[in-house]
Amino acid sequence: MNRVYQIVLKEWAEVFKNRFVLFTVAFLPILAAALPLGILYAINSSPDFVTDIGEDIPAGFAALCNNLTGEECAQYFLISQFILLFMLLPLAIPITIASYSIIGEKTTRTLEPLLATPITTAELLGGKAAAAVIPGVTATWMAYLALVIGAALMDVGPGVMDRLLDPFWLTAVFVVGPLLALTGVSVAVIVSSRATDPRTAEQTSMLVFLPIMAVFFAQLAGLILIDARLVLLIALGLIAVDAVLLAVAVQLFQRENILTRWK
Amino acid sequence: MIRIEGLTKRFDDITAVENLDLEIRPGEVFGFLGPNGAGKTTTLRMLGALIKPTSGTAQVAGYRLGEDDQALRRNVGILTEAPGLYDRLSAARNLSFFAHMYGVDDVDGRVERYLKLLGLWERRSESVGTFSRGMRQKLAIARAMLHEPTVLLLDEPTTGLDPEAARLVREFIEGLRDEGRTIVLNTHNLDEADRLCDRIGVLNTRLLALDTPAALRREVFGRKVVFHLADLRPEFEATVANFPFVDAVESIDAKLVVTLDDPENQNPAIIAALVSAGAQLQFVGEIRQSLEEVYLRLMSKEGAEPERGDAP
Repeated sequence: MNRVYQIVLKEWAEVFKNRFVLFTVAFLPILAAALPLGILYAINSSPDFVTDIGEDIPAGFAALCNNLTGEECAQYFLISQFILLFMLLPLAIPITIASYSIIGEKTTRTLEPLLATPITTAELLGGKAAAAVIPGVTATWMAYLALVIGAALMDVGPGVMDRLLDPFWLTAVFVVGPLLALTGVSVAVIVSSRATDPRTAEQTSMLVFLPIMAVFFAQLAGLILIDARLVLLIALGLIAVDAVLLAVAVQLFQRENILTRWK
Repeated sequence: MIRIEGLTKRFDDITAVENLDLEIRPGEVFGFLGPNGAGKTTTLRMLGALIKPTSGTAQVAGYRLGEDDQALRRNVGILTEAPGLYDRLSAARNLSFFAHMYGVDDVDGRVERYLKLLGLWERRSESVGTFSRGMRQKLAIARAMLHEPTVLLLDEPTTGLDPEAARLVREFIEGLRDEGRTIVLNTHNLDEADRLCDRIGVLNTRLLALDTPAALRREVFGRKVVFHLADLRPEFEATVANFPFVDAVESIDAKLVVTLDDPENQNPAIIAALVSAGAQLQFVGEIRQSLEEVYLRLMSKEGAEPERGDAP
């Protein structure tokens, strides 16, 4: 475990000296918390806005507004649009960290001396994955905590507060989030094995955003409804996807592959 | 200390190393010479348990490849072709990270010892990105030594260094040899190999020659003795050529160049014969062929091109 811990410390010491990585890790969570809070603030300041929104709420979503007032339902509908941001965060941050970390090792040719130590492949991959996943998941959870505290301070309706702490949201943030972080790291390892530039690797890896963005826009268009059932299905699907991606990443991360195939 | 048996490595349809048999003794400095793509780096990587051989095996520092590679790596230090240091981290942080990876007990003490030994202590807190190539190479050597391995594998340790830095590195390697460590050295620098190595293996996918630098010279060129004469007459060449132990005689200016097996015992008879034939002998000396000439002769026999693409 000491080697994994030392790798995590080394990764953070190195990667957070990169301003772009630091910006991604710091800025995205602030955005994820600030956007819904800003909208809540706008709603609280303008009751007419709530009425206007109320007319646009899809019928499917209205079914989720049991026991909520019209104002609470409108507030909840608007905040719900941002739940996907909390799913994108744990994906984006690990991809950025892992891309810079792995490509950085490739370009400075530091992987060979590292592989020459008694470290096992599992320790190396585990350390790199942890160094990427921990900030992504922690930042997501902190942003979510900021949203909940901010919403409470803004005195949103009790029904909305209940919804923010119901299993649907908690599953999305605390279960789907880490699973997505693992997806991000696996994809970054796979892409990094072929890429030679961290930005290219990062941008290519970000293609995994597409399915999530599709869900986001489908919800905005009222085509689907992100509810507890869908979040659970996403979680189950991610377990399967992660298992496959992780197996591919581990295979690519074998020391012989790194030394002889990674260019 | 290192016993290599039939070691072979293929990458798809490219054979990088073929059927290498070799024994390197404890405390020996052994040099691999060969063109680019000859399999030198691949051999070192196999010996360091970084890549698996396709066939054959080796025992390094008491551990057989593929059986306990972690223990093997714990007892072997590798200087890779590129220094491979974390540019954003300080020199001390680079070393302490690797000391942890090797499981060194007194990390701080060991880092301090090697930074001081290699003259980098004063700059221990500076980012490695600001270091010159020579300093980076010294730091990489310190990293390879941190866990005090019994076997050191050094891949091109002085390539790209200025003469002063190269000399420092060579002196450090000499110091390691004096400590009794077993060192395997890949190099293109034939003068360096000549000075540092107890034995040399000329590699071009397979081992073409293996011996001490002096013995390789003898094997490839024989021993050549030059007799400087005040006045070279044609009959002197015939006089020398009459000896049955003389392999070849050449006249160059006022000199006779004679190829012999055992000059120490054969020279007196030649000198006596020349003097009685009326020759005025000024000097007698042995021509020392450079290792470069030996290497180039071996390569031309093999039909190898001097440079070709590296194996993966």
